[in-house]
Amino acid sequence: MELTARELAVVGALQDGLALVPRPYRALGESIGLDEAEVIDVIASLQRDGVIKRLGVVVRHRALGMTANAMVVWDVPDDRVDEVGAWLGVQPDVTLCYRRPRRPPSWLYNLFCMIHGREREAVRARIHALRESAPLQDIPYAVLFSNRCFKQRGARYRFDGEGEREG
Amino acid sequence: MASFSPPAPIASASEQTAGDVAPTGGLTELERRLLDEYQRDLPLVPAPFASIAARLGTDEAEVLRLLASLVERGIVSRVGAVFTPRRAGFSLLAALAVPALRLDEVAALVSGYVEVNHNYEREHGYNLWFVVTGDDEWRVNRTLDDIERRTGLVALRLPLERAYHIDLGFPLWS
Repeated sequence: MELTARELAVVGALQDGLALVPRPYRALGESIGLDEAEVIDVIASLQRDGVIKRLGVVVRHRALGMTANAMVVWDVPDDRVDEVGAWLGVQPDVTLCYRRPRRPPSWLYNLFCMIHGREREAVRARIHALRESAPLQDIPYAVLFSNRCFKQRGARYRFDGEGEREG
Repeated sequence: MASFSPPAPIASASEQTAGDVAPTGGLTELERRLLDEYQRDLPLVPAPFASIAARLGTDEAEVLRLLASLVERGIVSRVGAVFTPRRAGFSLLAALAVPALRLDEVAALVSGYVEVNHNYEREHGYNLWFVVTGDDEWRVNRTLDDIERRTGLVALRLPLERAYHIDLGFPLWS
Protein backbone atom coordinates (compact mmCIF):
# COMPACT_ATOMS: atom_id res chain seq x y z
CA MET A 1 0.00 0.00 0.00
CA GLU A 2 1.39 3.38 -1.01
CA LEU A 3 1.31 6.15 1.56
CA THR A 4 -0.19 9.50 0.63
CA ALA A 5 1.89 12.67 0.67
CA ARG A 6 0.20 13.72 3.91
CA GLU A 7 0.98 10.36 5.50
CA LEU A 8 4.60 10.51 4.38
CA ALA A 9 4.94 13.99 5.87
CA VAL A 10 3.59 12.77 9.21
CA VAL A 11 5.86 9.70 9.19
CA GLY A 12 8.83 11.97 8.49
CA ALA A 13 7.92 14.39 11.26
CA LEU A 14 7.25 11.56 13.71
CA GLN A 15 10.48 9.66 13.33
CA ASP A 16 12.35 11.68 15.94
CA GLY A 17 9.43 11.55 18.36
CA LEU A 18 6.87 14.05 19.57
CA ALA A 19 7.84 17.31 21.23
CA LEU A 20 7.26 17.11 24.98
CA VAL A 21 4.83 20.01 25.04
CA PRO A 22 1.17 20.20 26.07
CA ARG A 23 -0.09 20.05 22.44
CA PRO A 24 2.41 17.76 20.66
CA TYR A 25 0.18 16.97 17.65
CA ARG A 26 -0.33 20.68 17.01
CA ALA A 27 3.42 21.24 17.25
CA LEU A 28 4.07 18.41 14.80
CA GLY A 29 1.48 19.81 12.39
CA GLU A 30 3.06 23.25 12.45
CA SER A 31 6.27 21.80 11.05
CA ILE A 32 4.50 20.27 8.03
CA GLY A 33 1.56 22.61 7.46
CA LEU A 34 -1.24 20.48 8.89
CA ASP A 35 -3.57 21.41 11.71
CA GLU A 36 -3.87 19.45 14.91
CA ALA A 37 -7.03 17.56 13.93
CA GLU A 38 -5.50 16.51 10.60
CA VAL A 39 -2.39 15.19 12.33
CA ILE A 40 -4.49 13.16 14.78
CA ASP A 41 -6.55 11.82 11.86
CA VAL A 42 -3.51 10.78 9.86
CA ILE A 43 -1.85 9.08 12.87
CA ALA A 44 -5.09 7.22 13.62
CA SER A 45 -5.28 5.96 10.05
CA LEU A 46 -1.58 4.95 10.05
CA GLN A 47 -2.28 2.95 13.21
CA ARG A 48 -5.40 1.39 11.72
CA ASP A 49 -3.47 0.37 8.59
CA GLY A 50 -0.65 -1.10 10.65
CA VAL A 51 2.03 1.31 9.42
CA ILE A 52 2.48 2.50 13.01
CA LYS A 53 2.94 -0.54 15.22
CA ARG A 54 2.69 1.40 18.44
CA LEU A 55 2.65 4.98 19.61
CA GLY A 56 3.99 5.76 23.04
CA VAL A 57 7.03 5.84 25.27
CA VAL A 58 9.94 4.10 23.54
CA VAL A 59 12.10 2.62 26.28
CA ARG A 60 15.80 1.86 26.01
CA HIS A 61 15.74 -1.47 27.73
CA ARG A 62 19.54 -1.57 28.14
CA ALA A 63 19.35 1.58 30.24
CA LEU A 64 16.96 -0.25 32.58
CA GLY A 65 19.32 -3.13 33.14
CA MET A 66 17.86 -5.44 30.48
CA THR A 67 21.37 -5.92 29.16
CA ALA A 68 21.30 -9.62 28.27
CA ASN A 69 20.06 -9.62 24.71
CA ALA A 70 20.24 -12.74 22.57
CA MET A 71 19.40 -13.07 18.93
CA VAL A 72 18.57 -16.74 18.46
CA VAL A 73 18.62 -18.01 14.89
CA TRP A 74 17.20 -21.33 13.70
CA ASP A 75 17.60 -23.38 10.57
CA VAL A 76 14.04 -24.60 10.12
CA PRO A 77 13.02 -26.74 7.13
CA ASP A 78 11.31 -24.39 4.66
CA ASP A 79 8.03 -26.28 4.75
CA ARG A 80 7.81 -25.88 8.54
CA VAL A 81 9.06 -22.32 9.05
CA ASP A 82 5.64 -20.63 9.10
CA GLU A 83 4.26 -23.10 11.62
CA VAL A 84 7.33 -22.89 13.87
CA GLY A 85 7.51 -19.08 13.53
CA ALA A 86 3.86 -18.65 14.49
CA TRP A 87 4.47 -20.77 17.59
CA LEU A 88 7.74 -19.09 18.54
CA GLY A 89 6.37 -15.56 18.04
CA VAL A 90 3.89 -15.94 20.89
CA GLN A 91 6.20 -17.54 23.46
CA PRO A 92 6.81 -15.45 26.60
CA ASP A 93 10.01 -13.37 26.46
CA VAL A 94 10.25 -13.59 22.67
CA THR A 95 10.20 -9.94 21.63
CA LEU A 96 10.64 -10.25 17.87
CA CYS A 97 10.27 -13.18 15.49
CA TYR A 98 11.02 -12.89 11.79
CA ARG A 99 11.67 -15.13 8.81
CA ARG A 100 14.66 -14.02 6.72
CA PRO A 101 16.42 -15.55 3.71
CA ARG A 102 19.31 -18.00 4.03
CA ARG A 103 22.58 -16.94 2.38
CA PRO A 104 24.43 -20.20 1.77
CA PRO A 105 27.13 -21.15 2.30
CA SER A 106 27.89 -18.48 4.91
CA TRP A 107 24.46 -18.22 6.55
CA LEU A 108 21.96 -21.07 6.82
CA TYR A 109 19.48 -19.75 9.42
CA ASN A 110 16.03 -18.63 8.28
CA LEU A 111 14.15 -17.88 11.53
CA PHE A 112 15.21 -15.12 13.92
CA CYS A 113 13.95 -14.22 17.38
CA MET A 114 15.10 -11.92 20.17
CA ILE A 115 15.08 -12.74 23.85
CA HIS A 116 15.91 -10.08 26.46
CA GLY A 117 16.60 -10.35 30.16
CA ARG A 118 18.58 -8.89 33.01
CA GLU A 119 21.11 -11.73 33.10
CA ARG A 120 22.58 -14.09 30.55
CA GLU A 121 21.88 -17.12 32.71
CA ALA A 122 18.15 -16.39 32.71
CA VAL A 123 18.18 -15.86 28.94
CA ARG A 124 20.12 -19.12 28.41
CA ALA A 125 17.61 -21.01 30.56
CA ARG A 126 14.79 -19.58 28.47
CA ILE A 127 16.50 -20.62 25.23
CA HIS A 128 17.09 -24.08 26.66
CA ALA A 129 13.38 -24.41 27.45
CA LEU A 130 12.49 -23.35 23.89
CA ARG A 131 14.87 -25.95 22.44
CA GLU A 132 13.22 -28.65 24.50
CA SER A 133 9.79 -27.75 23.14
CA ALA A 134 8.40 -29.98 20.44
CA PRO A 135 8.39 -27.48 17.55
CA LEU A 136 12.11 -26.74 17.94
CA GLN A 137 13.52 -30.12 18.87
CA ASP A 138 16.47 -31.13 16.68
CA ILE A 139 16.44 -27.78 14.86
CA PRO A 140 19.98 -26.45 14.35
CA TYR A 141 20.39 -23.05 15.96
CA ALA A 142 22.88 -20.45 17.14
CA VAL A 143 22.77 -17.89 19.96
CA LEU A 144 24.28 -14.47 19.32
CA PHE A 145 24.47 -12.43 22.52
CA SER A 146 24.88 -8.73 22.01
CA ASN A 147 27.97 -7.19 23.41
CA ARG A 148 28.35 -3.49 22.79
CA CYS A 149 25.53 -1.31 21.50
CA PHE A 150 27.07 1.21 19.13
CA LYS A 151 23.83 2.87 18.11
CA GLN A 152 20.15 2.55 18.92
CA ARG A 153 17.41 4.94 17.93
CA GLY A 154 14.25 5.11 15.88
CA ALA A 155 14.27 4.17 12.22
CA ARG A 156 14.47 6.93 9.66
CA TYR A 157 12.59 6.42 6.43
CA ARG A 158 12.54 9.93 5.01
CA PHE A 159 15.66 11.83 4.09
CA ASP A 160 15.95 15.40 2.94
CA GLY A 161 19.43 15.26 1.50
CA GLU A 162 21.38 12.79 -0.54
CA GLY A 163 24.01 10.62 1.06
CA GLU A 164 23.99 12.57 4.29
CA ARG A 165 25.80 11.16 7.28
CA GLU A 166 25.62 11.94 10.93
CA GLY A 167 28.61 13.77 12.31
CA MET B 1 4.84 26.78 19.37
CA ALA B 2 4.69 26.26 23.11
CA SER B 3 8.06 25.66 24.60
CA PHE B 4 9.03 23.40 27.43
CA SER B 5 12.35 23.64 29.24
CA PRO B 6 13.65 20.28 30.31
CA PRO B 7 14.71 20.12 33.93
CA ALA B 8 18.33 19.86 34.92
CA PRO B 9 19.71 16.40 34.27
CA ILE B 10 19.30 14.05 37.18
CA ALA B 11 21.83 11.43 36.12
CA SER B 12 25.48 12.38 36.17
CA ALA B 13 27.27 12.88 32.86
CA SER B 14 29.12 9.58 33.21
CA GLU B 15 25.84 7.76 33.54
CA GLN B 16 24.56 9.18 30.30
CA THR B 17 27.37 8.20 28.03
CA ALA B 18 26.82 4.83 26.42
CA GLY B 19 23.14 4.05 26.63
CA ASP B 20 23.93 0.77 28.30
CA VAL B 21 24.29 2.05 31.80
CA ALA B 22 21.81 0.84 34.34
CA PRO B 23 20.32 3.62 36.43
CA THR B 24 17.55 1.26 37.47
CA GLY B 25 17.41 2.53 40.99
CA GLY B 26 15.87 5.89 41.55
CA LEU B 27 12.78 5.32 39.43
CA THR B 28 9.72 6.66 41.17
CA GLU B 29 6.42 4.81 41.14
CA LEU B 30 5.06 7.40 38.70
CA GLU B 31 8.03 6.90 36.37
CA ARG B 32 7.58 3.13 36.45
CA ARG B 33 3.92 3.50 35.57
CA LEU B 34 4.74 5.87 32.69
CA LEU B 35 7.26 3.35 31.33
CA ASP B 36 5.06 0.32 31.86
CA GLU B 37 1.64 1.59 30.86
CA TYR B 38 2.37 4.01 28.03
CA GLN B 39 4.57 2.09 25.59
CA ARG B 40 1.54 1.86 23.35
CA ASP B 41 -1.73 3.71 23.01
CA LEU B 42 -0.49 7.19 23.73
CA PRO B 43 -3.82 9.06 23.79
CA LEU B 44 -4.69 10.51 20.37
CA VAL B 45 -6.31 13.61 21.82
CA PRO B 46 -5.13 17.23 21.61
CA ALA B 47 -3.60 17.14 25.10
CA PRO B 48 -2.36 13.56 25.53
CA PHE B 49 -0.09 14.31 28.48
CA ALA B 50 -2.94 15.91 30.40
CA SER B 51 -4.99 12.80 29.73
CA ILE B 52 -2.16 10.56 31.01
CA ALA B 53 -1.79 12.81 34.04
CA ALA B 54 -5.49 12.48 34.85
CA ARG B 55 -5.22 8.70 34.75
CA LEU B 56 -2.07 8.68 36.88
CA GLY B 57 -3.47 11.14 39.40
CA THR B 58 -0.99 13.91 38.73
CA ASP B 59 -0.84 17.00 36.51
CA GLU B 60 0.30 17.61 32.94
CA ALA B 61 3.39 19.60 33.90
CA GLU B 62 4.59 16.75 36.11
CA VAL B 63 4.13 14.17 33.32
CA LEU B 64 6.06 16.39 30.88
CA ARG B 65 8.79 16.99 33.46
CA LEU B 66 9.15 13.25 34.16
CA LEU B 67 9.24 12.29 30.47
CA ALA B 68 11.85 14.95 29.70
CA SER B 69 13.91 13.68 32.63
CA LEU B 70 13.62 10.04 31.44
CA VAL B 71 14.83 11.14 27.99
CA GLU B 72 17.63 13.14 29.60
CA ARG B 73 18.73 10.09 31.60
CA GLY B 74 18.76 7.87 28.49
CA ILE B 75 15.96 5.59 29.74
CA VAL B 76 13.47 6.74 27.11
CA SER B 77 14.68 7.28 23.56
CA ARG B 78 11.60 9.23 22.52
CA VAL B 79 7.86 9.51 22.86
CA GLY B 80 6.61 8.61 19.44
CA ALA B 81 5.92 5.93 16.91
CA VAL B 82 7.41 2.54 16.28
CA PHE B 83 6.82 1.77 12.63
CA THR B 84 6.06 -1.66 11.23
CA PRO B 85 9.13 -2.75 9.28
CA ARG B 86 8.64 -2.41 5.55
CA ARG B 87 5.36 -0.48 5.82
CA ALA B 88 6.75 3.04 5.96
CA GLY B 89 9.77 2.34 3.79
CA PHE B 90 12.35 -0.37 3.36
CA SER B 91 14.63 -1.86 5.98
CA LEU B 92 17.20 -4.57 6.06
CA LEU B 93 19.13 -6.42 8.75
CA ALA B 94 22.77 -6.66 7.77
CA ALA B 95 25.81 -8.30 9.29
CA LEU B 96 29.56 -8.01 8.79
CA ALA B 97 32.33 -10.37 9.88
CA VAL B 98 34.85 -7.78 11.04
CA PRO B 99 38.41 -8.66 12.06
CA ALA B 100 38.65 -8.00 15.82
CA LEU B 101 41.28 -5.30 15.45
CA ARG B 102 39.09 -3.32 13.06
CA LEU B 103 35.81 -3.62 14.97
CA ASP B 104 35.81 -0.18 16.61
CA GLU B 105 36.72 1.57 13.39
CA VAL B 106 34.15 -0.30 11.27
CA ALA B 107 31.42 0.07 13.91
CA ALA B 108 31.99 3.83 13.99
CA LEU B 109 31.90 4.00 10.21
CA VAL B 110 28.59 2.09 10.11
CA SER B 111 27.03 4.14 12.93
CA GLY B 112 27.93 7.27 10.97
CA TYR B 113 25.15 6.67 8.45
CA VAL B 114 21.77 8.28 9.22
CA GLU B 115 20.26 5.28 7.46
CA VAL B 116 21.57 2.97 10.22
CA ASN B 117 19.55 2.84 13.42
CA HIS B 118 20.49 -0.22 15.48
CA ASN B 119 24.14 -1.25 15.43
CA TYR B 120 25.31 -3.97 17.82
CA GLU B 121 28.35 -6.07 18.41
CA ARG B 122 27.31 -9.72 18.73
CA GLU B 123 29.33 -12.72 19.78
CA HIS B 124 29.67 -14.65 16.53
CA GLY B 125 31.89 -14.78 13.44
CA TYR B 126 29.42 -12.24 12.06
CA ASN B 127 30.15 -9.82 14.86
CA LEU B 128 28.56 -6.55 13.73
CA TRP B 129 24.78 -6.46 13.19
CA PHE B 130 22.89 -3.39 12.10
CA VAL B 131 19.62 -2.28 10.56
CA VAL B 132 19.60 -0.06 7.47
CA THR B 133 16.41 1.84 6.62
CA GLY B 134 15.42 4.11 3.79
CA ASP B 135 12.67 5.32 1.49
CA ASP B 136 13.03 2.28 -0.68
CA GLU B 137 15.03 -0.84 -1.42
CA TRP B 138 17.29 0.96 -3.87
CA ARG B 139 18.44 3.48 -1.28
CA VAL B 140 19.04 0.81 1.35
CA ASN B 141 21.09 -1.30 -1.05
CA ARG B 142 23.05 1.75 -2.14
CA THR B 143 23.92 2.46 1.51
CA LEU B 144 25.10 -1.12 1.95
CA ASP B 145 27.12 -0.95 -1.27
CA ASP B 146 28.79 2.16 0.13
CA ILE B 147 29.55 0.45 3.46
CA GLU B 148 31.03 -2.54 1.61
CA ARG B 149 33.15 -0.30 -0.57
CA ARG B 150 34.50 1.74 2.34
CA THR B 151 35.20 -1.26 4.60
CA GLY B 152 36.27 -3.81 1.98
CA LEU B 153 33.93 -6.31 3.69
CA VAL B 154 30.94 -8.17 2.24
CA ALA B 155 27.67 -7.76 4.13
CA LEU B 156 25.06 -10.41 4.74
CA ARG B 157 21.78 -8.86 3.56
CA LEU B 158 18.83 -10.32 5.42
CA PRO B 159 15.57 -8.57 4.55
CA LEU B 160 12.52 -9.43 6.58
CA GLU B 161 10.34 -11.94 4.74
CA ARG B 162 7.65 -12.45 7.33
CA ALA B 163 6.90 -11.23 10.87
CA TYR B 164 5.42 -13.67 13.37
CA HIS B 165 5.27 -11.40 16.38
CA ILE B 166 2.97 -8.57 17.34
CA ASP B 167 4.86 -5.85 19.18
CA LEU B 168 3.08 -4.90 22.37
CA GLY B 169 5.98 -2.98 23.80
CA PHE B 170 8.31 -4.35 26.38
CA PRO B 171 7.20 -5.89 29.68
CA LEU B 172 9.52 -4.25 32.19
CA TRP B 173 8.43 -5.46 35.58
CA SER B 174 6.14 -8.36 34.90
